[in-house]
Amino acid sequence: MAAEILSPRFLLAHNAAGANLVSGVATTLASAEGAQLGLFEVDEAALPGVAAQIPPRVLCLGNLFRDQLDRYGELEVVAERWRETVGGLSLQSRLVVNGDDPLVAQLGQSRKETLVYGIDDPRHAGPALQHAADSKYCVRCGTPYEYAAAYVGHLGDYRCPRCGQARPALDAAARAIELQGLEAVEFDLCFGEDVNRVRLRVPGIHNVYNALGAATAARAMGVPSDEIARGLARTPPAFGRFERVTIGDKTLVVMLVKNPAGANETLRTLLAAGGTSIAVVALNDEIADGQDVSWIWDVDFEAFAAQLSRLVASGQRAAELALRFAYGGLPRESIEVVENLETALDRGLELTAPRGELVFLPTYTAMLALQGIVAGRGYAKPYWERVR
Amino acid sequence: MKLTLAHLYPDYLNIYADRGNLAVLAERARQRGLELSIVAVGLGYPTPVEGVDIYYIGGGQDREQAVVAPDLATRGRALGEAVDAGAVLLAVCGGYQLLGRSYRDRGGSEQPGAGVLPLHTVAGQRRMIGDVLIECELQPGEPRTVAGFENHAGRTILDHGATPLGRVLAGFGNDGASGDEGCRLGNAIGTYLHGPLLPRNPWLADWLLARAVRFRTGAEPNFEPLPEELEIEAHAVAAGRARSRGGRF
Repeated sequence: MAAEILSPRFLLAHNAAGANLVSGVATTLASAEGAQLGLFEVDEAALPGVAAQIPPRVLCLGNLFRDQLDRYGELEVVAERWRETVGGLSLQSRLVVNGDDPLVAQLGQSRKETLVYGIDDPRHAGPALQHAADSKYCVRCGTPYEYAAAYVGHLGDYRCPRCGQARPALDAAARAIELQGLEAVEFDLCFGEDVNRVRLRVPGIHNVYNALGAATAARAMGVPSDEIARGLARTPPAFGRFERVTIGDKTLVVMLVKNPAGANETLRTLLAAGGTSIAVVALNDEIADGQDVSWIWDVDFEAFAAQLSRLVASGQRAAELALRFAYGGLPRESIEVVENLETALDRGLELTAPRGELVFLPTYTAMLALQGIVAGRGYAKPYWERVR
Repeated sequence: MKLTLAHLYPDYLNIYADRGNLAVLAERARQRGLELSIVAVGLGYPTPVEGVDIYYIGGGQDREQAVVAPDLATRGRALGEAVDAGAVLLAVCGGYQLLGRSYRDRGGSEQPGAGVLPLHTVAGQRRMIGDVLIECELQPGEPRTVAGFENHAGRTILDHGATPLGRVLAGFGNDGASGDEGCRLGNAIGTYLHGPLLPRNPWLADWLLARAVRFRTGAEPNFEPLPEELEIEAHAVAAGRARSRGGRF
């Protein structure tokens, strides 16, 4: 989204394929001849090293969820390293933070002129703080926060009843959000009184957060609000992020799942759009997926399982995933364990009615493999050809 | 028959999918005609003793563990007496550490533990993270394996003569050196293994339930076996992971 907004103005050096470790950033820079601006998505643990070597003009901090604790130990450890990174930024660097995440918002408070973004539309708050919420306790005094609205996991409008520590004032806010199934989401992008209606070509509240992060970072680069809104509206869906792929007379919709908060949001979006009776879910356990698969037990799969008539459980830890659904209320006879991704895809398509849609929820490396399979059959371009 | 499980600090210690363990206990109990009633015990609540058959305590991050540690320490006597009387207890990861006598963090400051389990824990420099496989012999002559995942900075040292839950086949275990994993005291079990622990190790869930029934009625129940194809497959894959990549820094 940020690339789409910025590319008319700047020739970008951008790690679009998602290689977000130091090596990926270095590779992008090595082939960045003539570029005017670097735009890097950086892994949470790689950020301190990258920011130290390439002082950023704008640093946008999104959110901290507890995925991949097996790599980093604890959320607080990552937050502490981010705190050091923010402390080491030069005066010229502009910081952008997600004010709806208490840990991240706090990082912004140490610097002047930090831009804060967040959602301001309590109609779209969840009924209660989800099980997957990670930062439930006041960053200052440890008391549980009270939420006026919790949107995704622990992201929302929070206040500590004891010490008053609360979400900071928002410089950029999304209001009047309108969910449009699996197709899109619309909202008012508000920089103070400056309001633009935006229609994203991807669905869900979590994508409103993504759009706000990109928009606020672009704002910090001096891009006018209407230009930001047009860039967001142009951004196409990506493979694994609700893009539809036509396979014969059926459609494949792939939705990446990688942590409890994100998966809950994806499931909420899917259910709000009418749900599905057949799905393939693929769980891998490579480093990029998280070697510790216990997170699947923190995903609220129950409502999703209740409307399934058949599940194809796939990936390296297919049996583990099948167990999760079995204990989530899906009868064992409704679950097929098909470890091999390609076989699982074919089985899912076979179960799908003509002109129907197959929902496929893979973890990260399963998504890349699936993309390779689909591209190999000529239905979608491989990711390396999609990078502009 | 109804069994009662007291879940300690569900709002604070829930980081590694502890609800998966509870779901397995409740469902496997239900299929044997037992009802498992779960009671939450929060900060400052009195420790329920009468009528409790199973205590459960999970893990949290350092921050949450620091919040509950003083509260848990005040429950040491009540929990210790319950365990002495034969109540079942399962403590995973952080809860396991906190039930020992003490926990010394990286800064060197020492928190008192509940003193229920004969052990103490000292934080080390590097976290021990990875798949792990252990062998237990809870019933003499019936060795069984448990496959899980561990993620802990603490090195747990058992008192001389204390009984580990099992021997490490692959992975780090209590301290990465002794070959011990977990601790067993009567019907109380503490372990670093999450993942969660019970879904792919259903025999251990059944052992805990059987001990709870015996504690309640005085008689060993005879549980019908349940279908376990998925469990066996999940266990085999996890055990393979521990053998191929467990116990490495």
